[in-house]
Amino acid sequence: MADNSTNPATNPATNQVQTTGHVWDDDLQEFNNPLPVWWTYTFYVTIVFALVYWVAYPSWPVGKGFMTGVSTITYKNAQGEDETWHWNTRSKLLLETQEAAAAQKPYYDKLAAMPYEQIAKDPDLSSFVVSAGKVVFAENCAACHQAGGQGVIGHFPNLTDDDWIYGGASEKINESITKGRRGYMPPYGEALSGADIDALANYVASLSGIKVDAAKVGKGKELFHSHVAACFYCHNDDAKGRKDIGAANLTDKVWLWANVPGAADDAAKVAAIRGVISSGLDKGVMPTWQGRLSEQQIKLLTVYVHELGGGK
Amino acid sequence: MSFKHEKVETNAGILLVLTMLAISVGGLVEIAPLFFIKDTTENVEGVRPYTPLESRGRDLYIREGCYTCHSQMIRPFRDEQLRYGHYSLAAESKYDHPFQWGSKRTGPDLARVGGKYSNEWHVQHMIKPKSVVPESVMPNYPWMMTTKLDVSDIGDRMRALRITGVPYSANDEEYQRNVKQFGEPVAKTLHIPDAVKNLVAQAQEGNYDGDRTSVSELDAMIAYLQVLGTMVDFSKIKPEELVKFR
Repeated sequence: MADNSTNPATNPATNQVQTTGHVWDDDLQEFNNPLPVWWTYTFYVTIVFALVYWVAYPSWPVGKGFMTGVSTITYKNAQGEDETWHWNTRSKLLLETQEAAAAQKPYYDKLAAMPYEQIAKDPDLSSFVVSAGKVVFAENCAACHQAGGQGVIGHFPNLTDDDWIYGGASEKINESITKGRRGYMPPYGEALSGADIDALANYVASLSGIKVDAAKVGKGKELFHSHVAACFYCHNDDAKGRKDIGAANLTDKVWLWANVPGAADDAAKVAAIRGVISSGLDKGVMPTWQGRLSEQQIKLLTVYVHELGGGK
Repeated sequence: MSFKHEKVETNAGILLVLTMLAISVGGLVEIAPLFFIKDTTENVEGVRPYTPLESRGRDLYIREGCYTCHSQMIRPFRDEQLRYGHYSLAAESKYDHPFQWGSKRTGPDLARVGGKYSNEWHVQHMIKPKSVVPESVMPNYPWMMTTKLDVSDIGDRMRALRITGVPYSANDEEYQRNVKQFGEPVAKTLHIPDAVKNLVAQAQEGNYDGDRTSVSELDAMIAYLQVLGTMVDFSKIKPEELVKFR
């Protein structure tokens, strides 16, 4: 018979532990030991915890309502008065939001009151803008403009250079974020002949110093300023564009829609420009952020984007 | 003692019955009464059924298994509010059958993705997510751009949803009811006899995938993504009013 003296469930008189009655291989028994004491008491504690929880927090449905619990949360309502409601995740969130807003208020108030040109000169506020702006930018802007603001050629503008389609002044950046933008250029593929488009592309390329066919440039320049192609309506006589309508500057060697920097040689660069003229653009859409972001957040982003490098 | 636990453990039939009783307590006592508690249901304005195109986009969302990585439920926590926007309300998914709440987030929550990005971004992102989000682990879905959307069965799909309680209109009487509830422009899009016409018209006008020559699966998908979470105007709702529904 096995020695069971170390087992707390052993009856000392008989040296027997209660078994289930199962025996294998002569003496291999299945003991029916009681639950460990620590486990039993932990179980009782969880029951007591549940009782306390039911009383403190919203718990059981009762009739057409439910037990709301005795713990409460006090937050400010729209009139700025204290309002108390029973504890729930929504009232807790409201309180946390208000507490966080109060903690950030000194910074946001300062940011709201200070004109754009002075913010950069205030080291304390600048560091707030960089740290807070980076987070807001990463979540809302980086999907298109990329983490560093470098954009994607052919799709989303670069925010780190000093070329601005709609203007790089802080007020203009703010307007772009708040209201969004919609770029449009009509397609010329059907209105103009292939030769005309080629001439125009050569002229536009020449404006950025790309080596092209001089004869085509002359014809392209003529077309550009004619009422047939009428490019100058939007891009202006000097081809430097119009920021009020988002018409691009064609002379600054900065490219968004035509992938000129990625082209292998001069002929490919002209081909990229030809593609844009031919098919036009109906995709330069920046969503409007009014409503999704607060006015304060938009001002924060404005300063952040301005500081990325190219702000005017 | 006449009753011993051993009896339960050694009798499969009793064990089964008692186990069923024990686990049904949670459901019967805690979940069932919630169906009858009216003061936890928010009545918000603006929620409407999906248009035919959006509804097809939702079908594709389910077909491609988007829900395995994306949830559509913003919880009332501050970090979620900062990242995704206002917490989701039950009323916002009242026309979703089945709803897409979920609890598995490999990708971000999509409950309020509507309007956050441009259509152009969605096109690039669906064809090759890494081209716009370098750290993304989302697979490419390039075939949606090139596959023509099957619009032939949209009427049947809407009729099926109508049975579950979505107020798509099958006759003039129901149409008039929708005009009253949602206004004429919305009611028109919910009319089943005009479903194919409305679907194509919305795809043409919205030009979601940037290609007007055909209605692709991507048109439907982006139309659906762009409407998510945009129906309720939260600027008109005081936050403390929503607190009172819990």
